Amino acid sequence: MTDRADSSGGTTAPPAPRSAAPAATGSGGGSGSDGGRGGRVGRGPRAVRRRGAGAPRPRRRSLRSRLRRDWQLLLMTLPAIALLAVFHYTPTLGNIIAFQDYNPWDGVIGSPWVGFSQFERLFTDARFWSAAGNTLMIAGIQLVFFFPIPIALAILLDSVLSRRMRLVLQSIVYMPHFFSWVLVVTLFQQVLGGAGLFSQILRQNGYAPLDVMTNPDAFLFVVTSQMIWKDAGWGTIIFLAALAAINQNLYESAAVDGAGRWRRMWHITLPGLRPVIILLLILKLGDILNVGFEQFYLQRDAFGANVSEVLDTFIYHQTLVTGNFSAGAVAGLVKGIVGLILIVLANKLAHKMGENGIYRRS
Amino acid sequence: MSTLFADRPVWAERPSLPARAAKNTTLAAIAVVIVFPLYIVVLTSLSPASAVNSAGGLVLVPQGISFQAYADLFSGGVVTRAVLVSLGVTAVGTAVSLAATILAAYGLSQTGSLWHRPLLFAVLLTFLFAPGMIPLYLLVSNVGLIDSYWSLILPTAVNAFNLVVMRAFFMNLPGEISDSARVDGASEWTILTRLVLPMSKGVTAVIGLFYAVGYWNAFFNAILYINDNSKWPLQLILRQYVQQGQQLSSNSVIGDAVQGTSSAPNLAIQMAIVVVALVPVTFIYPLVQKHFTKGVIIGAVKG
Repeated sequence: MTDRADSSGGTTAPPAPRSAAPAATGSGGGSGSDGGRGGRVGRGPRAVRRRGAGAPRPRRRSLRSRLRRDWQLLLMTLPAIALLAVFHYTPTLGNIIAFQDYNPWDGVIGSPWVGFSQFERLFTDARFWSAAGNTLMIAGIQLVFFFPIPIALAILLDSVLSRRMRLVLQSIVYMPHFFSWVLVVTLFQQVLGGAGLFSQILRQNGYAPLDVMTNPDAFLFVVTSQMIWKDAGWGTIIFLAALAAINQNLYESAAVDGAGRWRRMWHITLPGLRPVIILLLILKLGDILNVGFEQFYLQRDAFGANVSEVLDTFIYHQTLVTGNFSAGAVAGLVKGIVGLILIVLANKLAHKMGENGIYRRS
Repeated sequence: MSTLFADRPVWAERPSLPARAAKNTTLAAIAVVIVFPLYIVVLTSLSPASAVNSAGGLVLVPQGISFQAYADLFSGGVVTRAVLVSLGVTAVGTAVSLAATILAAYGLSQTGSLWHRPLLFAVLLTFLFAPGMIPLYLLVSNVGLIDSYWSLILPTAVNAFNLVVMRAFFMNLPGEISDSARVDGASEWTILTRLVLPMSKGVTAVIGLFYAVGYWNAFFNAILYINDNSKWPLQLILRQYVQQGQQLSSNSVIGDAVQGTSSAPNLAIQMAIVVVALVPVTFIYPLVQKHFTKGVIIGAVKG
């Protein structure tokens, strides 16, 4: 197959100059280092088409002929693009209500423009800063206490010798990732809550029941445990893939040179994981304001807004409960803009450290 | 012992007994921490009323088996309807999402095609900026989707990350096969359905699972867009009656489900709801698990 494609490519107009550029974008599409291969594969069909129509081709084809050639592909892309246009790009534009005193009866057209006064109101709102503080606190705790656990767990799982045992363990640790937050919170309540299992056992043995699930002081501990329980196992998947990619010969030669198990872990395993660790760490930094909605929304009443209000729940309660849409849109916009800046910065950092980040440096 | 170490390279020394014991204990403890809550929940939901009452709460030791809680649960309309809503939204949503994602991923995997770059850029740009909860809510309500099941599907129908993963997978397939089909005059549709998809069963299963789990677990969208509680999906029922601890029998909505005739204790019924929410996910995902690494992570690690 390859032979045929290659040889025929050699006899007619080479697909060279134009296809180099699309190949580069192809790798920008999140496929990173497979760009080379992807580009080559993607280039093939175009080359065939150019050949298919015969004679050497001018570099630029008319829109009409390209449409005739590619209309099927465009049609295929249409539904997804339309959905994104309607449910992503339109609401993004809808953020202009942040500069209005929006009310649903007058709509975006009829509502009065108020400049930046909504922003001023937000920035003088103590609850906003409290929610922002909580968000950063939770993200920080996650970074310190959650982030290393999947790495350790992956190394541990990778060291399990029996293949079957490994598969069983993997199935178990991945499982909670697929549970909804409602379910996770419920399970935690059933074990740790005031009417839960531990309290039940304590009560039966004559001790006072212990309700961790409504104690504001325990909030950070509870939400972090929930995150670990739900997603630490799932987090191992990427590290397990990276571990599998480490060259086994390195271990052998290190062993021959007299390195013990711990030395090999330190000098081979961890450096082997380094790119993934750095990449995930940087992505995490760009995502620091998105600690999630459901987990906090579900437990806000139990723990109290003081400790559990994060930016997303703040936005929700600001608007859908009080009916002030513009205030919520402002908070969302601020969060979005700060998030955007963080992502761009994190990517810059990733590029500085020689990683690909979310998008490529072009 | 010898079989255990049979396939290890000669240079790898055998782990000492204490080391192995420590490792196995840790792994066993992790497994227990994950499985134990599920165990007590399932057991309580399946226990006869006498066992639940004598335990004074959750049941730790099995004492007989009873399906009364499930019978009560499904005897009324509320939970049954919620399960049907969740199943329906999951089925339709997954079909819509997979179709849109596969088509677009294939369309965009053909580099050099018309408008390929701006279209791909439009997809990637969604990573950078979230539109925000409020404008999205206003859009959904302006389009008239409030209280429509489509509001649970359309806003989250296309996940840009899944699309990009799928596209990366398509781009890694050997292009020569589709080239030769093109030479033979096959349409793009034929190439996608007859050649590309059969080669992509693994990644399709994984992405399909992600979408399906997303729809089954969706809570946020339902909270925002579904006001009519007769249209609630299961996750909202779960929260209302289990997480918030509202008594099933005293509640007017679900009351007719369990009123008077109920013989299973409340707790058992609540745990039965948990199990109903839990079971589909727990049974489907292991079937797809073997494709995780191969189908998705390769694309994800590299991208």
